[in-house]
Amino acid sequence: MSKKEKGIVIDKSIKRKHKLETKGVKVFYDDFMAIKGIDMTIKANKVTAFIGPSGCGKSTFLRLFNRMNDYVDGFRLEGEVRIDGENIYKKKINVEQLRKQVGMVFQKPNPFPKSIFENVAYGLRIQGINDKRYLSEKVEDSLKQVALWDEVKDDLNKSAIALSGGQQQRLCIARTLAVEPSIILMDEPTSALDPLSTAKIEELIYELKEKYSIVIVTHNMQQAGRISDYTAFFYLGELIEYDRTKKLFTNPEKQQTENYITGRFG
Amino acid sequence: MNNIRKNRLKDQIFRGWGIACTLLGLVLLAIFIGSILIDGLQRIDWDFITSLPSRNAENAGIYTALMGSIWILVLTTIISLPLGIAAAIYLEEYSKKNRFSSILEVNISNLAGVPSIIYGLLGLEIFVRILEMGASVLAGSFTLALLILPIVIVSTRESIKAVPKSIRDASYALGASKWQTVSMQLLPASFGGILTGVILALSRAVGETAPLIVIGALAYVPFAPSSPMDEFTVMPIQIFNWISRPQAGFEVNAAAAIIMLLLITFIMNGIAVYFRNKWQKKLK
Ligand SMILES: Nc1ncnc2c1ncn2[C@@H]1O[C@H](COP(=O)(O)OP(=O)(O)OP(=O)(O)O)[C@@H](O)[C@H]1O
Ligand SMILES: [Mg+2]
Repeated sequence: MSKKEKGIVIDKSIKRKHKLETKGVKVFYDDFMAIKGIDMTIKANKVTAFIGPSGCGKSTFLRLFNRMNDYVDGFRLEGEVRIDGENIYKKKINVEQLRKQVGMVFQKPNPFPKSIFENVAYGLRIQGINDKRYLSEKVEDSLKQVALWDEVKDDLNKSAIALSGGQQQRLCIARTLAVEPSIILMDEPTSALDPLSTAKIEELIYELKEKYSIVIVTHNMQQAGRISDYTAFFYLGELIEYDRTKKLFTNPEKQQTENYITGRFG
Repeated sequence: MNNIRKNRLKDQIFRGWGIACTLLGLVLLAIFIGSILIDGLQRIDWDFITSLPSRNAENAGIYTALMGSIWILVLTTIISLPLGIAAAIYLEEYSKKNRFSSILEVNISNLAGVPSIIYGLLGLEIFVRILEMGASVLAGSFTLALLILPIVIVSTRESIKAVPKSIRDASYALGASKWQTVSMQLLPASFGGILTGVILALSRAVGETAPLIVIGALAYVPFAPSSPMDEFTVMPIQIFNWISRPQAGFEVNAAAAIIMLLLITFIMNGIAVYFRNKWQKKLK
């Protein structure tokens, strides 16, 4: 059974370019201003890396795009966050719908305490899709995309908790891909992983950018250099510099950026 | 004496004191259980379990009280479970964290400490009189359900709270609604913990006497209840009744009934521990 017959309309515009924009964005946690007025446009179908010292607001800024900050006590936003020109914080926005379009991968692999199959199928089940064959196809498809299929195809009913950290993280990416988002946010997706798993995920990101717009937070300069097209340097809640990765790493405009990327940061 | 030796001495004194305290508790419990077993064990047989009460100690059985307790247990579960779990979910996941909710929280914890006889008085007024249920199994179950509700709520909240935040994040990030996250992730993940709390609360309910006496549960009921509106008695009331009789034969009956009541609570606690262990393993 195709998705259409199930009454779910696939947004064909997924192939359209999805641009992320912020206009005068300030974020407060109670009285503390974590983001101090940022205007930024993130290009579609590119990999954009966010770098900057700990606490500068990278995660806060990233989580604006799928409204995950909404759950934080004391969170308040000023300014506008737009996807394809639409303000995603206006009243009429369906947040659940938004999150299907904007997937997220977290720092620590966080599989559900369920089987591998159910982990990947969850995002579809919550949309009301329960057709066994369709789910199986989709699960296989998603696991193949993250190159996990061969490792787990015989253990689909085994608990996802039993996988290694790197496998878990790839599973989490597969789970995100299964709902066919057009934008994927990644918050330090490899910081809890060994070098080999990290390499696998970097390779994966490189392949995914054909179809998705990817924003990735990373503390690893080499990683940003290897996988991203654009890099944004944040410092104390401000966007200091934002440019093509090559340019930013070889010839930054700002002294602060240079200090940071060369490790001379005080 | 230098400091290290002083500390070591203190350590040993405290150790000895701790062991003594633990042993005291265990020994007293052992003596109690031992003497009950000696008195009552020979009385327990199929007849004792299936006989109706009687004026005559040798013929008297626990049947009506046992059935009364089972009725009470089942109905109390049916009433308190949905109420308690729904309230816990609301408080934990839905309610805004403000003054009102924190006052509510403190009071629910306080309710767990209210003496059970007060619940009996409440039950007498509301269920027996105003709602005209009479001294029925139903009235007793509602009263005990109120009594254990705070325990169910608190333990359910603890179990839901114990589900890692990362699970919630993952669910929401995939586009799940709050209810989907609660019903498909949080409840299944905390099921073992909730069950443990509920079973422990119920094992408290099955031993409660005072509130049921207050609402009018009788010491002498000729038949086991056959509907929620019937009169009833429960095991602790039956035990109390037998103990207060002058004839020695009833004392043996009481001991036998105590053994059975203990057995029921031990089994329930055993089940609770089993689920807790299983659940802890699953989350790791
Ligand atoms: N829930 C919260 N409540 C209050 N303040 C917060 C909260 N989350 C973050 N902050 C503050 O907002 C600022 C930005 O935090 P954020 O997590 O976005 O930084 P980050 O750049 O992602 O840091 P890291 O590299 O360590 O992950 C920090 O000063 C932090 O203390
Ligand atoms: Mg962060």
